[in-house]
Formats: sequence, structure tokens, C-alpha cells
Amino acid sequence: MSLVNLHQVHKYYGDLHVLKGIDLDIKAGEVISIIGKSGSGKSTLLRCINGLEQYQEGGITVDGKEVTTEDIQVRRLALSVGMIFQNFNLFPHMTVGENVMLAPTIVLKKSKAEAEATARAMLEKVGLAEKFDSFPEKLSGGQQQRVAIARALAMSPKVLLCDEITSALDPELVGEVLKVLEQLAEEGMTLVLVTHEMNFARDVGSRVVFMHQGKVWEQGDPKTILSNPQTDELKQFMGAVL
Amino acid sequence: MIEFSNYDILRNLLFATQWTILLSLAAFIGGTAVALTLTAMRLTRNPAMQRIVRVYVELFQGTPLLMQMFLCFFGLSMLGYEISAWGAAILSLTFFTSAFLVEIWRGCIDTLPKGQWEASRCLGLSFLQTLRFIILPQAIRVATAPTVGFSVQVIKGTALASVIGFVELTKVGTMLNNATFEPFKIFTLVALIYFMLCYPLSLYSKHLEKKFNVSR
Repeated sequence: MSLVNLHQVHKYYGDLHVLKGIDLDIKAGEVISIIGKSGSGKSTLLRCINGLEQYQEGGITVDGKEVTTEDIQVRRLALSVGMIFQNFNLFPHMTVGENVMLAPTIVLKKSKAEAEATARAMLEKVGLAEKFDSFPEKLSGGQQQRVAIARALAMSPKVLLCDEITSALDPELVGEVLKVLEQLAEEGMTLVLVTHEMNFARDVGSRVVFMHQGKVWEQGDPKTILSNPQTDELKQFMGAVL
Repeated sequence: MIEFSNYDILRNLLFATQWTILLSLAAFIGGTAVALTLTAMRLTRNPAMQRIVRVYVELFQGTPLLMQMFLCFFGLSMLGYEISAWGAAILSLTFFTSAFLVEIWRGCIDTLPKGQWEASRCLGLSFLQTLRFIILPQAIRVATAPTVGFSVQVIKGTALASVIGFVELTKVGTMLNNATFEPFKIFTLVALIYFMLCYPLSLYSKHLEKKFNVSR
């Protein structure tokens, strides 16, 4: 049974046709890497899955529920879909602990003690237990991104969407974030990543989806697809990336 | 003719200063309350609400405060609502203050990255929860310095209330001048008193700005 299903999704920004009929089926536990040039619609696709962007035609379901941008829908969706952003988007006026505890307390209505226990456990998981009382600005980019992951995990999502989450990091900090993702993948978390990390896509991913001009151009097993691209567009893209 | 000693002049001016301060406070409190309501209306993203706020701001920023006072004072009386000079002054200064504050605060809220709204939304926070826990705590920190800075404009704006006959600092200055014919002395004193009211606020605003910039 699929966890996320996209059926003929079309998205327009005014006259600009950004997504041109996307079909995609994601099963629980899969690690999907969406690759492609900038402007190919990867991020937009991700943002449609969690209701941040509206799509005009087709249908998206997550865990059997239809996705719309209605406020109430998005909030229900937030319970099953977590999102990590390129720029972390931590709340700068709150400590790391408060960042992670906020949504469980006010959205899931957990008690403070329970939320704190969850928060500590999630920070432990990303290796930042000792930063509970620090403010985000005191952390490195890699640490901030790991806090963002802990914050999303605290809502126990069924799928985690990652929008170029290592692109804003200094090269030496990318590894620590990817390691956390790898660990999550091993634990069976469903991950959908928009990424430029080809090695990660190849070694950890269960499927690669290559997008080009608003369409899914090729998809399949990472090792096969990346070493033996079928289309000129993917060959060209691989040439540009490697 | 009554003789006014320097002491009499100063005593009368300082007494009138109380009314200037009171009027400034009332206008500032009224303006803040209205500006809060307008800001909330603007943030609802409801086009009709936003248009109302835009028209309000354009109207009161685009006309002289003095005209607003005239309209509040004479206009309302002509429509049959008796209003005192004090009431008209508070009303027009409230319009004036709120129209500027709502724009100042808009700037402050808009400086917050869009990602703050998006992250809140993805975590399942409602619009009001996002405002309360994420946006306002950050916006208030940014907005404090310019808001305090703007209070200086409100204090100076109260001088116009003298024209509709409200007896505050400027009005008493004019009256004393009529009695003593010493405009230089009297208006220097009046200006000095305004300066002593405004300067500490300017300093405080600069201090807040610096404090905020350091902690960023």
C-alpha cells in the first residue's frame, strides 16, 4: 500500500507550467531521491506534497488522505508529514529544546514533561542532547539542521520531506546531517529528498527520480539509473554534476 | 495689565506640559490599540480586510494632521456630535498614530523570513498559534525601537491641538506671548520643554536599536 501517491499532478505559477503531470507512488520505508536541474520542479513537487503549494490538477494522497492547501487540512497533514528546509527555519527566539517541544505541546497537546522527554530523546538521536538549552544562533549550520530534523521527528511523522537540506551547509558539515538521514533510513523512516548528494542517493536511496522540465523523466534503482542513464537529459545532468 | 515674572511664565508652561504629556499618552495608547487591530486585520490575508487597512493608512498618512483635527472638531460638531477640543485632539491623534504604527509594524513583521511561517505551518501550528508563539515575539523585539522613536512624532503632533483651542504647552505659550509680548523668551522655553520630553525618548530608541542589533 502506498504512503504517498501523486496522480497526474499539474501545477502552474500564473502562465508558467511548473509540474506537467507527475505520477509518483511512494511506499512506506522507501528512500526517494529527487534529482534534477534547478527549475525542474523538484522543490515545488515536495511543497505540493505537504500542502505548502497549491496544485491545479490531479491528486495527491498521503496515508490515504487527500492533500489540499486548506488550513485545517494542512494541519492534519502535519501530523503525518515532516518537512526539513534548506535554511533550517529554526525559531531563533527559542532554545533548541523549546524548538523541539513547541509543536508536541501546542499541537499534540502533550504534557510539558512528556514533550520534554520526547524532545530529549529526539535530540539524543541526532547527537545533540547536550544542546537542549542553547539558542540556535550558537550552533553550527550542521547542528542547526540536525535540530530541525529532531523538531520534525518529535511529531512522529510517517514521511519526512527534505528540501535540499545540505545545500546551505559548509562542505565539512554535510556529512553529519547525511549520517542522521542514513540512520533514519535504516530505522525504516520514509524519506523523500530533493538533493544534489549523488553518493547518498546511490548508497542509501532505494529509488532515484530524475525530474526535467516539470516531468518525471526517469526513475528506478539508484545504482542502475545513475550508472546507466537511459536518456540524454539524465546523461547530461550526470555529466554536469560529477 | 498683569505682570508675569519669569517664575510665573515657567510655572504656567510646566503646568500646561502635563496636558501635553497626557494627550501624548492618550494618543499613543489609543493609536497602539487601533494599530494592533489593524495589524491583525492585515495579517488575516483576507483581501477585503487588507483593503480597509490600506485605505485607512493612505487616508491618514496622506492628509495633514491639522486637517484631521479640524475635521474631528468642526466636522463632527456640524454632524451634530458635540465633541470637546480634548476629545477631538485624542481622536485625530489616535488616527494619525495608528496609521503610522501599522506601517512601522508591517515592516517589522515583513522582515521575518517567510520560512518562519512555513516551518510553523509544517509543524501543524494554526495561524493564531503561529502569530502568538513565533511571529509576535520576534516582531516585538524588532518593532520596539522604531515605535519608541515614533512616540516623539506624537508628542510634537500634540502641538497642533492648540489650534482647535485645547490648552496644552503650545497654546499656553501663545497665550503668555499675547500677554507679555516676549515671543523669543517664551517660545524658546516652549521649544526647550518639548526637547526635554522628546530627547530622552530618542536616546532610548537609539539604545534599544543598538541592543537589538548586538543580540542578533
